[in-house]
This record gives sequence, structure tokens and C-alpha cells, in this order.
Amino acid sequence: MFTTIYPQLIGLCTGTLLLTSALMVWRHSLLASIRLLSVQGFALAALVAVIGLEEGEVEVILVSLLVLLVKGMGLPWVLARETHATTRTDEAPRLNPTAALLTVALLTILSYVVASRVLAGDISISAHAAPIGLAMVLIGFLLLVTRRQAGSQLIGFLVLDNGIATVAFLTSGGVPLFLELGISLDVLLVVVILYVFAGRMRTKFGNTEIDQLRKLHD
Amino acid sequence: MSFALWTPLAIPALLAVLSLGVPSPALRRLSPIASSVAVLISGLLLVSVVLADEVPTLGGGLLRADALSAYMLTVVGAVGLVSTWGGLGHATAEPARFTGSYDALISIFLAAMSLAVLADNIGLMWAAVEATTVATAFLVGHHRTPRSLEAAWKYVILGSVGVAIALLGIVLIYAASRGTGEATLSWLVLSQAGLPLDPALIRAGGALAVLGFATKAGLAPMHSWLPDAHSQAPAPVSGLMSGVLLAVALYAILRIQTITDAVIGPDFLRIMLSVGGLLSLFVAAALLIRQRDFKRMLAYSSIEHMGMMAVGAAIGPAALPAVLLYVLGHGLTKATLFVISGRILEVEGTPKIDDVRALLVRRPGLAVPWLIAMAALIGFPPFSIFFSEVGIIVAGFSTGLGVVVGIALVLLLVIFASLTRLTVAMTIGAPAATAVPVVPAAAVPAAGAGASVTGAVPVSVPSASVTLADAEPHPDDPLVPDRSGHGPMLPLILALGTTAVVAFIAEPVGTLLTRAAEVLGGIQ
Repeated sequence: MFTTIYPQLIGLCTGTLLLTSALMVWRHSLLASIRLLSVQGFALAALVAVIGLEEGEVEVILVSLLVLLVKGMGLPWVLARETHATTRTDEAPRLNPTAALLTVALLTILSYVVASRVLAGDISISAHAAPIGLAMVLIGFLLLVTRRQAGSQLIGFLVLDNGIATVAFLTSGGVPLFLELGISLDVLLVVVILYVFAGRMRTKFGNTEIDQLRKLHD
Repeated sequence: MSFALWTPLAIPALLAVLSLGVPSPALRRLSPIASSVAVLISGLLLVSVVLADEVPTLGGGLLRADALSAYMLTVVGAVGLVSTWGGLGHATAEPARFTGSYDALISIFLAAMSLAVLADNIGLMWAAVEATTVATAFLVGHHRTPRSLEAAWKYVILGSVGVAIALLGIVLIYAASRGTGEATLSWLVLSQAGLPLDPALIRAGGALAVLGFATKAGLAPMHSWLPDAHSQAPAPVSGLMSGVLLAVALYAILRIQTITDAVIGPDFLRIMLSVGGLLSLFVAAALLIRQRDFKRMLAYSSIEHMGMMAVGAAIGPAALPAVLLYVLGHGLTKATLFVISGRILEVEGTPKIDDVRALLVRRPGLAVPWLIAMAALIGFPPFSIFFSEVGIIVAGFSTGLGVVVGIALVLLLVIFASLTRLTVAMTIGAPAATAVPVVPAAAVPAAGAGASVTGAVPVSVPSASVTLADAEPHPDDPLVPDRSGHGPMLPLILALGTTAVVAFIAEPVGTLLTRAAEVLGGIQ
């Protein structure tokens, strides 16, 4: 029973991941992006759980719970706290929505081309979906480069990180549990640090626009 | 002797907790030094063990010290000791709410770096390197000025994105290792020759991992965080980042290189590292010519030296002992220079080279060690950087990479000229007529240490006496040279002394370097 719906579940989860990433590029409101990030975290946890059920490994199920707690709830909560505390700042990105969505499409095609070369030897269902992870990494980069607000850059970083996790789970069933713990902790701490810096930026400059950070140069 | 594997992790961690929890200023100030000593002694113990042909392991092989790990741990400890001890007098004004956080973060940084070099697992090493980003973020932003905030933001974003790319590479290597039957991230397993690893995955994974760690190592074109972070961080932290963090990132690149070389041959990463190395040298040369800030000058010099080490790594086994010696020489010299630069910044109150003139006449206590250390950095013998650079260049010509090292040599000459000019501008010359002779209260010579430095003046820097003589035609000038070192001098003397003699010690240093290079598939 499970083996028949397994490919569909993988497809559903990775589809959600890609869709949320693309929507984050489209939406300019920070709060909407945070909600999408939370959905993405849940989708990633579901993906891990599906892989764990297929392989019948308890450790992978535990990892999926960890992902659910950190990426689905913890990180969005930290980000939302910061955003609620201030006035709602809408993003004015460097790229208009049409161009941005077109870029997302191109990046997705690119990642399929690249992955077909790298993963040529792997014909499993999960490896077939791995290009989605790569596309998320590239979309994360796109967000990092085109967004002007500190908070949006943070979201770009998290999409990138989710993409790497997706590749990890789809190509090798995920890294060992203790490593997943270490990696999650590191990412959580980086986000907390950037959150603190964004707070300092607001007290120093009155806003969190990255463009004003150009005093240091040669 | 496997206890020496956990002491460099546990003792700094414990000291970090203590410096946060115990309200004793003396303990707080001394805790980073104690952490460095713990790491250094553990490193030396492990070196003695590996020289006796043993490989201690701990935690089911998760921690492992071969010759390379033991050597790197010693470097981390030694550079840490110079930075923390030399930075003892450094003002660390911090809000009362965060008392002790500065010292605690330095201890955590040292523990994370020790874990990175001792872990026999790429993933664990990755987590440790990322943990150093976390630890150093607040250290870079310590001064809480808009500039340090900007530096810290750029550092964290670029650093974590770079390291995230490395993670993607590591994930692909992990996927490739399923070919061995059981997926693994152990160096020991993965660097064996003849494993059935998927070449396409190893190629992509190796490239991404090297790219990610190269960001952390400050190689061009991913170097832009480095000058900002190094110039804005407190001086001891800059020394630690330059001497330890960059070195450990290079260590990661060398380990990854061993894995890829065994599967797809050396040519692939050789091109990547040559391009990155030469580009770094070029960026450093271009931006040093017109540099105005002495801490940024040191930062660009770090990019230069990392570039040269990358060229050495590209050359491969023949150059590896020279590269490893380079790591030690550069770490100690750069830590010394950053410590002195912090003191100059404190007493002169300006980071501008133009505003710091005639240091040798006005403040010989700072100018003399600065000059000696700059000579070591620029690559004068007998300091070990000279021998490392010669070793890399000779190895390059003998392995058929003559063009690469030829270009590197030209760029090194440009950098040599720029650094010499900037150093001369800071130290030599007569003080401006309007200069108010500054005799701070702290000018009381620091007992024995100060005396030994002034005693070294005629021997090491002959021009010192000349310039002093030049200043004599103005007898009405009530200039009193400030002979104080403005902080502990012993760590600086030890560091420079070590770099001056280390290249001449065949036993055990030479043996250790050869063994460490063997770990990376060198000299067999």
C-alpha cells in the first residue's frame, strides 16, 4: 500500500517545497514570507517522515520531528516576534515580481539540467526529486541578492538552508542524527544572531535596510 | 594519551561557563589565556604521541588525532596564546548585562576550532566551523559602532552562506559514499584509495565543499567579508580569526582535496585552487598599493598569504610541508601584528597610516616589534614565511606549475613593495613639527620585558639609531620617546622568536611536517 503512494507523497512534499519558495519570491510582505517559511518547514518535516517510513528507520522519524520543531515552528516564531514588534515593513526588492518569477523558472530548469548530470547514476524515486532541493538553494540565493531588508535576507538564508536539507534527505536519506542536531543548532544560532544584529540596526539607523551598510570599502 | 583529545574541548568550554558565571574580573581576563594554554599543551602532547607512531582516538573514532590534526591543534593553541595573552591589556568595555561574554566567546571559539581539527568526520568538522561563525559574530560586532555592525552583518551572512554551500558539498560526498556499502563521513575511510565512489557526485561535492570553505578561508572572489571583519573586530579577535580561523578553513580544504584526488585525480581542484590563489594575490596586491588603514593592510595581507597557501595546495604533495609550516608562521606573525596594531590604535587613536608617522622616534616600544614582525610577514629570512614561500615556489617549478608560481612571484613582489612602503610610512621619519609630545601615564617601561626589547634595537633594526640621530638636530624639541610596549611583550617575543627558528629545526618539526603531509597523501 505504502509503496504505491510513496512516489506521490514524495512528489507532493517536494512540490509544496518548490511552490512555497516561488511564492516567497513573489510576495513582498515579510509576514507572508514568514508564514510561507513555516509551511515549508512542515513540508520538509513531512518529506523526512515519508522517507523514514519508506526506509523503516526510527532515527529518520526522530529527525523529522526535529525538523518540524526547528524549521516549522522555532525559526518562524523567532522571525515573527521581530516583525510583530515593529511596524510592518514591506519590501521594495531590486527585481519586479514578473522578472523574479521568470528567474525562478529559469533557476528550476537549470537545477534539473545540473542534477541530471550529477545524479545520472541514481534512478531512485527520491533522487529523481533532488533537483527541487537544488532549485531551492538557487532561489535562496536569489532572495539574498535581490532583497533590501535585513529580515528578507534572513528568509533567503533559511530557504537556502532548507534546500540543502532537501538535497541531503533526497540523495542519501539524511545525515546521521547527531549531525542533524548540530546543524540545526548552528542554523538556529545564526538566525538568532542576525535577529539581534537587525535589532541593533534598527536602534542605530531607524530601519533595517541593507543598502545603508556601505561605509566600509576600499 | 587519548585524554588529550577531550581536554582542548572540555577545558575551554568549562572556562567559558566559569567566565560567564563567576563574578571575578581576574578569572574572566585570564580564562581565554588558560583556554589557549590547554589547547596548546594538548596539541604538544598529541604531537609527541603521533611522533611515536600512535594514533589516539576517542568516542568510537569520532575524535582522532593523526599527525596533521595534532599539528593543527598546536597551531590553534599557539596562535590563540599569542592573541589572548598579547591582548591582555586590551580595553574590553562591555555593557554590564553581558559581563564576561567577550572572554567566554573567545574560549568557545577555541573549543570549536579544536573540535574542527580533531573530528574524524566531515559533518562534525562542518558544525564546528559554523559554530566559530556563531562565536565570532558578536566578537566582530563587539564595539557596537555602526561600522562594526556593518562588518558583523556582512561577516555572518557571507560566512554562513559560504559554509552552507560547503554543507551542500558535504551532503553530496555523503551521497557518493553510499557506494562503499555504508554511507560515511569519516576522513579515514573516505581518503583511502580505490573506493567505489561515484566520480560525478565527488566532483560536484568536492567543488562545492572547497568553494564553501574557501569563503571562510578568505580566498578571492569570496573575500569581501575579511577586511571589514578584521578591521572592525577587537585586535586579539582579528589575530585569532586571521591566524586560526583561516588556517582551519584551509585545513578543511586540504582534507577535502585528499578525498577528491583519490577519486578523480588532482587536476580538477588544482585548477580551482590555482585560480582562487592567484586571484587572492591579485586582489591583495591591487588593494594594498593604496591602502590607508593599517588594520585593513594586515587583513589584505592575510588574503595574500591565504592565496599563496592555496597555490601551494594546488601544487600538491611536494609543496604540502611548506604550506603547513606557512600556516604556523603566518598565524604567529599575524597574531603578533594584530596585537601590536590594537595597541597602536589605542595609544594613537587612529587607524589611518597617514596619521601614524615617525613611530620609531616617538614610540620605539611599539615600533620595534612592529618592524620586526612586518619583516617576518613580508618574507625576510630567517623567519619561516620566507622558507615556506621559497618551498612552494620551488615545488611549483618542479611539478610543472611554473606559470602559476611565476605569476604568483610577480604579485608577491608588488605586495612586498607596497607593504614595505606602508611600513616605512608608519615608522621611519621625523615627527611633524606640530606633533605634541605625548607622554601618557602608562609610559612607565614594563619592567624586564620592555628592557629586553629596547636592548634588541641596535641588533635587529640598525635604522633605529640612525633615525634617532636624525632627530637630534632639534634639541629644543622636548620629545621623550615612549619606550613602553603598552601591554605584555613576552608573547610577542616568543611568537617572533618561534617563527625565526622553527624553519631550522629538523627534529621534531621537520619530521612532524613530513608526517602531516603524508596524511594528506604527500611524500610516500
